[in-house]
Amino acid sequence: MKKKKNKKIKGDVIDVRKGEESWLYSKIVKDHFFNPRNVLLDERNYQYDGKGIAGNPLCGDMMALWIKVDPKTQKTKDCKWRTYGCASAIAATSMLSVMVTEKGGMPLKKALNLKAQQIIERLGGLPELKFHCSVLGLSALKEAINDYLKKQGKAKF
Amino acid sequence: MTGVKYRLKLVIDKTMRQVYLDYAATTYIDPRVLQKMRSYLTTAFGNASSLYSLGRQAKTAIEKARQDVAKILGASSREIIFTGSGTESANLAISGIAKAYKDKGNHIIVSKIEHKAVLESAKKLEKDGFRVTYLNVDSQGIIKLNELKKALDRKTILVSIMYANNEIGTIQPISKIAEIISNFREQSAKRKEQGVRNSRSAIGDLPVLHTDACQAAGVLTLKVNKLGVDLLTLNGSKIYGPKAVGCLYVNKNYKIEPLIVGGSQEMGLRAGTENQALIVGFSEALKLADRLRDKESQRLRNLRNYFIKKILKLVPHCQLNGQPQKRLPNNINLSFNGIEGESLVLKLDQYGISSSTGSACTSTDLTPSHVLLALGVSEDLAHGSLRLTLGRKTTKRDLDYVLKILPKVVENLRKISAIQL
Repeated sequence: MKKKKNKKIKGDVIDVRKGEESWLYSKIVKDHFFNPRNVLLDERNYQYDGKGIAGNPLCGDMMALWIKVDPKTQKTKDCKWRTYGCASAIAATSMLSVMVTEKGGMPLKKALNLKAQQIIERLGGLPELKFHCSVLGLSALKEAINDYLKKQGKAKF
Repeated sequence: MTGVKYRLKLVIDKTMRQVYLDYAATTYIDPRVLQKMRSYLTTAFGNASSLYSLGRQAKTAIEKARQDVAKILGASSREIIFTGSGTESANLAISGIAKAYKDKGNHIIVSKIEHKAVLESAKKLEKDGFRVTYLNVDSQGIIKLNELKKALDRKTILVSIMYANNEIGTIQPISKIAEIISNFREQSAKRKEQGVRNSRSAIGDLPVLHTDACQAAGVLTLKVNKLGVDLLTLNGSKIYGPKAVGCLYVNKNYKIEPLIVGGSQEMGLRAGTENQALIVGFSEALKLADRLRDKESQRLRNLRNYFIKKILKLVPHCQLNGQPQKRLPNNINLSFNGIEGESLVLKLDQYGISSSTGSACTSTDLTPSHVLLALGVSEDLAHGSLRLTLGRKTTKRDLDYVLKILPKVVENLRKISAIQL
């Protein structure tokens, strides 16, 4: 009789292992954190057109990002990255790399004008304290594009 | 879709364990403690201030609990004030003493690695015109006694140094600190007798020494005479007792201003209807922790040393934060280069391991652990810190599981990190 009562109490507690809890961030952030897309594990054999680094290890976030550009279309045809940072920083860079490479790539001009809000929306939202994570990825992307343009002898956008 | 996939993976993975390693954050309630609490939640629910038997029953339980706690501290019952948490006790100690002795002085000394409950109380007093000295610690987290000696002056009314640190487990030499303070008081008293100008106006009984012993309970001695402290903070949630209950020991020779006013509960020092279930739970938990102290400490110390030795060998670019020996037997605090603590904690959680970090990403002000920074740990290593705290249910098998998972998780995070080691 007593045991039965205890069981009932147990069932009232939210079981985090059954996924009944809300995770720290959105489902999309969780997915990109645990399954990051387009990570570049070793850049030594990667022929990139532009490279950008943003952030600082002292602040707890740092991103390195590499791009390949299609010379004809002036679209980003590939985007690889590595991130030091929290789950939302990792997920935000991952999402950014998806956004600039999906649908045949993104025109450079459009990529340079990407807004942090667009990444946040695609991630299904971020806590306000984590907004800067998505901004950092953008800085790295802009630096990579400008690196490419510089190499091409073109002026910065 | 991937979320579902991931969940399935966890279910299929038979080697998956649930390993709780955040006992310094909070503990479960020991069933023996819960058993003692039960009747006070349901049948013996009376208001301890009521005159009829149901009320007297509650009152008796509370007073018995007070005696039991006092006994463990080597104090008298009337020196024990039950509060709503460790934080409340620390707030009461700092603000209560400052307000009660503000005519004697306006200087307070705390260490830089105090719990926020103490630090924020001190900061609040700073705004009210008090002067606060924040004592430095050495690279292992021990306060510098010479600095304390120099900081004491005739306006000092309170010194608050934590007994054992919650993040790095470092144990402070409280008796030595008490000795320094007692010497200072004697000198003040002598100066007073000799009529030296500018000496303290009090009779050499200040400053008061408070220690936050929340993490020390169940591990170190709590005898206030042996320690030489005048105030001592404890709480229930770290000692396998209930949350939202704590106590403050206040030496009977000192007065203190209450934080919460209203009824005359707790000798007028903490108004509000007493929660006899929590109070009884707290005292039972403290008694149990005291009884198990030696055996459990030794067991945990062995486990801790085993883990630290192994992990430092297994993972390159990894360091132990804090003092290797003078630390709580259950505390492990590591820093890993090249990775950030929040991702580490979340990845470990996915393997069933509960841990915590001093990374900024878990704080609301985006600065990493003030404790690690005070030790001189660089900011990036503070961001990459991981605290594992062991407890009564931790076994060697649990730690072996973590020793299997943690190096893998660290390696994976380093692979995708922008910082290449």
